[in-house]
Amino acid sequence: MHTLTALVAALPAALPLETIEPIASAPVRGGIYAVAPLLVGLPLASAALLLLLGRRADRWGHWLGVLASAGAFVVGLATFVALLGRPADDRVLDVHLGRWIDAGAFHLDAGIRLDPLSLTFVLLVTFVGTLIHVYSVAYMEHDADRRRFFAYLNLFVAAMLVLVLANSYLLLFVGWEGVGLASYLLIGFWNHNLPYAVAAKKAFVANRIGDIGLLVALGLMFATFGGVDFQTVLTADLSGVSEGTMTAIGLMLLLAACGKSAQFPLQSWLGDAMAGPTPVSALIHAATMVTAGVYLIVRSNVLFDAAPTAQLVVVVVGAITLLFGAIVGCAKDDIKKALAASTMSQIGYMVLAAGLGPVGYAFAIFHLVTHGFFKAGMFLGAGSVMHGMDDQVDMRRFGGLGRYMKVTYFTFMAGWLAILGIPPFAGYWSKDKIIEAAFVPQDGQLWRAWVFGLVTLIGAGITAFYMSRLFFMTFEGERRWSSRRDGGDQHPHEAPALMTWPMIVLAVGSVGLGALLSVGGWFTHWLEPVTGHAEHGEPVLPVWLIVTLTLVLVLAGGVLAWRRYAVSTVPVAPPIGTALTRAARVDLYQDQVNDALLVEPGQHLTRSLVFVDGAVVDGGAHGLGKTTVGLGALLRRLQTGFVRSYAGGMLAGLVVLLVVLLVTQS
Amino acid sequence: MSFTAPHVDWAAIAPVAVVLVAAVVGVLLEAFVPARVRRTTQVAVAFAALAGALLAVALLWPSVRDDGGRDVIGGSLAVDGVTLVVQATILVLSIVALLVIADRTSTGLDAFAPSAASIPGSDYEALARTKGLQQTELYPLLLFAVGGMLVFPATSDLLVLFVALEVLSLPLYLMTGMARRRRLLSQEASLKYFLLGAFASALLLFGIALLYGYSGSLKLSEISAATQQVTGTESLLLVGAVLVMAGLLFKVGAVPFQAWTPDVYQGAPTPITAFMSACTKIAAFGALLRFVYVGLPGMQWDLQVVLWTVAIATMVVGTVVALVQTDIKRVLGYSAVAHTGFILTGVVALNEQGLHGTLFYLLAYGAASVGAFAVVWLVRERSVGADGGEGDVLGEATHLSQWAGLGRRHPVLAGVFTLFLLSFAGIPLTAGFIGKFSVFSAAVEGGAWPLALVGVLSSAAAVFFYVRIVVLMYFTEPAVPGAPEQDGGTAAVEQAPVEQAPVEAAPVEASGATAATLTAERTATGERTVTTTVVRGRGVVAAVTVCAVLTVLLGVAPQPVLDAIASIATFLP
Repeated sequence: MHTLTALVAALPAALPLETIEPIASAPVRGGIYAVAPLLVGLPLASAALLLLLGRRADRWGHWLGVLASAGAFVVGLATFVALLGRPADDRVLDVHLGRWIDAGAFHLDAGIRLDPLSLTFVLLVTFVGTLIHVYSVAYMEHDADRRRFFAYLNLFVAAMLVLVLANSYLLLFVGWEGVGLASYLLIGFWNHNLPYAVAAKKAFVANRIGDIGLLVALGLMFATFGGVDFQTVLTADLSGVSEGTMTAIGLMLLLAACGKSAQFPLQSWLGDAMAGPTPVSALIHAATMVTAGVYLIVRSNVLFDAAPTAQLVVVVVGAITLLFGAIVGCAKDDIKKALAASTMSQIGYMVLAAGLGPVGYAFAIFHLVTHGFFKAGMFLGAGSVMHGMDDQVDMRRFGGLGRYMKVTYFTFMAGWLAILGIPPFAGYWSKDKIIEAAFVPQDGQLWRAWVFGLVTLIGAGITAFYMSRLFFMTFEGERRWSSRRDGGDQHPHEAPALMTWPMIVLAVGSVGLGALLSVGGWFTHWLEPVTGHAEHGEPVLPVWLIVTLTLVLVLAGGVLAWRRYAVSTVPVAPPIGTALTRAARVDLYQDQVNDALLVEPGQHLTRSLVFVDGAVVDGGAHGLGKTTVGLGALLRRLQTGFVRSYAGGMLAGLVVLLVVLLVTQS
Repeated sequence: MSFTAPHVDWAAIAPVAVVLVAAVVGVLLEAFVPARVRRTTQVAVAFAALAGALLAVALLWPSVRDDGGRDVIGGSLAVDGVTLVVQATILVLSIVALLVIADRTSTGLDAFAPSAASIPGSDYEALARTKGLQQTELYPLLLFAVGGMLVFPATSDLLVLFVALEVLSLPLYLMTGMARRRRLLSQEASLKYFLLGAFASALLLFGIALLYGYSGSLKLSEISAATQQVTGTESLLLVGAVLVMAGLLFKVGAVPFQAWTPDVYQGAPTPITAFMSACTKIAAFGALLRFVYVGLPGMQWDLQVVLWTVAIATMVVGTVVALVQTDIKRVLGYSAVAHTGFILTGVVALNEQGLHGTLFYLLAYGAASVGAFAVVWLVRERSVGADGGEGDVLGEATHLSQWAGLGRRHPVLAGVFTLFLLSFAGIPLTAGFIGKFSVFSAAVEGGAWPLALVGVLSSAAAVFFYVRIVVLMYFTEPAVPGAPEQDGGTAAVEQAPVEQAPVEAAPVEASGATAATLTAERTATGERTVTTTVVRGRGVVAAVTVCAVLTVLLGVAPQPVLDAIASIATFLP
């Protein structure tokens, strides 16, 4: 401990060399940390109030929602500042809330985990969340159910904060289900529209599959470590635990992450989830909830470090998803679905980074934060475009919009450049690190460095192509919509200030946040109490070459998109396209695969089970019921009401008992 | 031969002494207290006696927990942990039952005949009613019964066992015959109970004689010692043991000695049913536990087959016959039989867990039983006046079809009743679940898994008739007064339309004159000249509240009670 303290004392002088291992939590009470429960309490109370008050709160309810979210941000900021004031090796705190479960040998305290990782999420969720709340005030202005919408948004914020602040996997699971519920409610917010309701259900079902993974992982953890709180699980002595068990836990956690973060093979719901109002897509299905899987993996870093096989699977899943999303994104004409595919792909980057082990954890979270800003910004931009174009989402009907909505144009451009990874925009600082890390050999296995390095590199190129395609089809080129002057019905216009200001703030983040957080490797060091310190291994290629190659590919992708979608004419009707394009348009047939592999057999199974249930189980039960009632009617006849027959019955019974006894005795 | 007076440890027998002395005082009060204040005085004395006895048990508790208890009066009574637990349970539940018995509800009438000795339908009865006479002897009778019950589980001497049995039984026979309404049914039940009880007592006595013949002693400890030696007259021992058990099994209402249960539960005044369904069973199980665990430890394996047979038959018969009942009190009566079977499972387990589980189950079952019968006491028939308006409040509306729609009109009452039914059914978060769980797990632990299996299956089947009542209360439309019966009744109780009463009415027909009264009543029900109503009563409400709170508390947080039982409940050898 003394050496550690000494090291920390020398921190400012030797910043890059200082190391902090993941540290055990210290219980705290009182002071600024006592208000931490308000982080969850404020939005939760607001959600409850808005739902309970009903129509009475229609006039001011949305502002209450904004206030609750902003309040949570202020509390989060205060806690963050307080945590900054502590020495780096004392930044993992547990705020004890009370005994939650006390059953036999199983005890669990409910508590709040305050550490760099959870606070990073708190700030991201509450800051971006508040901006999106403000945006929604204007975006949902004409919706009769705006109050309910804000109630759900607050519910989501509360659940997400439970998820990231939980000090045990079980409490995390509560938040996990809570965000799933909020997501379901918000995707199906316009559930009078049947496809939207179906989309909500699809998201819910896909998430359930992942949830099973988390449940099984909870069970395995309890069986292995005797507890499910972070303190027990993450500081457990792993020497006595077989690698098989750790791999099983890791894979189950990965399954959970796949469901929540739309990773292969549970990715199919994210595209359909765009049925929800656009602010929802921005907050839940881009910036925060879908990144919960990454949070889960990084939070469980100790477990994954002990399960190399599971880590490899994580990387593979990330790699597949990032290419999958990128390919699908190239063919989508629906602006929100293209953005959704891009989200999937970017989370693939994060998952891949998280699977790389200590080298990647911090970068995964770093990219998550920057992505939260620029992707939310772009979704809000897309919402602004839809606002100005009467809810049109087909990019083939856009074109040249940059002239009509300047603010949207420039803020979207900031996000676009950020996701491309053009220096000095935010994405460059985070994504480039992931690509570099992917080129570092793991466990001395060179093939992994080459395969995953190249995948991320190619992914960056494709990303540049489809994001530029999206940007050019929407904002550049000739206009493919018809204005009112031409007898059409569209007149693109800039959104009101309540919508543009959040976009501007997010655009500022997209521009500067990456560079800001990278100063002196600040963000990586900030996370070290959780992720531990890792010596950066040498990539198989020189760093300068990787950076150059990335930029070249990105530029190539951008230029290709420029030639095809800005300079040349974009047909209004989608061309037939190559086989790959057609496949990508239908999400590489993932729904068909799911139908063939799961839905069809499942339906056959349920149909046959229903038949068996009706014929055998119900038949048996009814038969048994009838037999029993018949027997009862028969036995009731013995109840004649005559004392003599009662006494006779007693005597006969007694004799039977005696005979039984004497027979068994002899 | 000189007679040495045994040393009496008054402190140890204080609970019994307080109650019995109060009972004697009560008899004197009948003679000397003016009629005006007699009832008030009797109720006060009864409450004071029961509370005092409970206090005495509480005072004995710490010392018995620490030193295991002691033999008193020359070894006739054993004041040990099990005795105290059973006594405490009986006292708590009899206080609650007394709240129901003493409550005259909003009708101003209690459940008892103004003059129990009058002939039903006679002028004298009418006179007694108009004069507003009251049968306040009831309270001393009740105290005598409780006194017998307190002695019953403590007896380590078979003669004292017999005396205690009679002391507790005779007042019960009397009280059963004291119903204000349906008096013939009540008196018939009383006589049946008395005759069959006498028969069972004879069996018990015969068994005691055989055991004395075998061992030369009446003390359980000495019989137990004698079973260790091989004498060649084991059949004497076996038959004697089975006969004694038969006497005890009669009191708990186990098959094949259960036949009196539904008739007596139905005929007795409902508050008395509440009292005896809980307290008699608890006391008798206390005695049975002591007889099996202390008297026959060497014999347990030989007698196991008898206990197994009885337990299985009891569970199955109780459950199956309850399915086809149409009268709420009979349903609860058969449910009591089924519960006897479940509790026997704990006895048969023959281990410490089984003992503790049985004791817990008795408390859980007793609370729900007193509560359920107390609710039944509140649900009454009301005649339809000549002008079609509301007429007089009559007796209990016991036919199931009369309970239809109760949940809509009286949600709280129906909710509490549902709680008791769920506890009977053993649904988690109620006391019944913990009780069933502890006896079944004890049975599995003790190697009696087939019993546990039958128990679980019976419980599952039993859920049907409990839930049927819940469905009836909440999801069935009540019948409209004046409308033909078929509408409400048949729909409500699919299995048993009201007209199909011959079997149930059989006991009545058997005794001539009764037939007229009861059939008339059935017809009245059939033509819907009565409606169902609910009366109020502070005492009943208090009792139901206590039972409901107990049922929930023992279901949600049973650990303190389980711990308390585990810390004290051992037998003196």
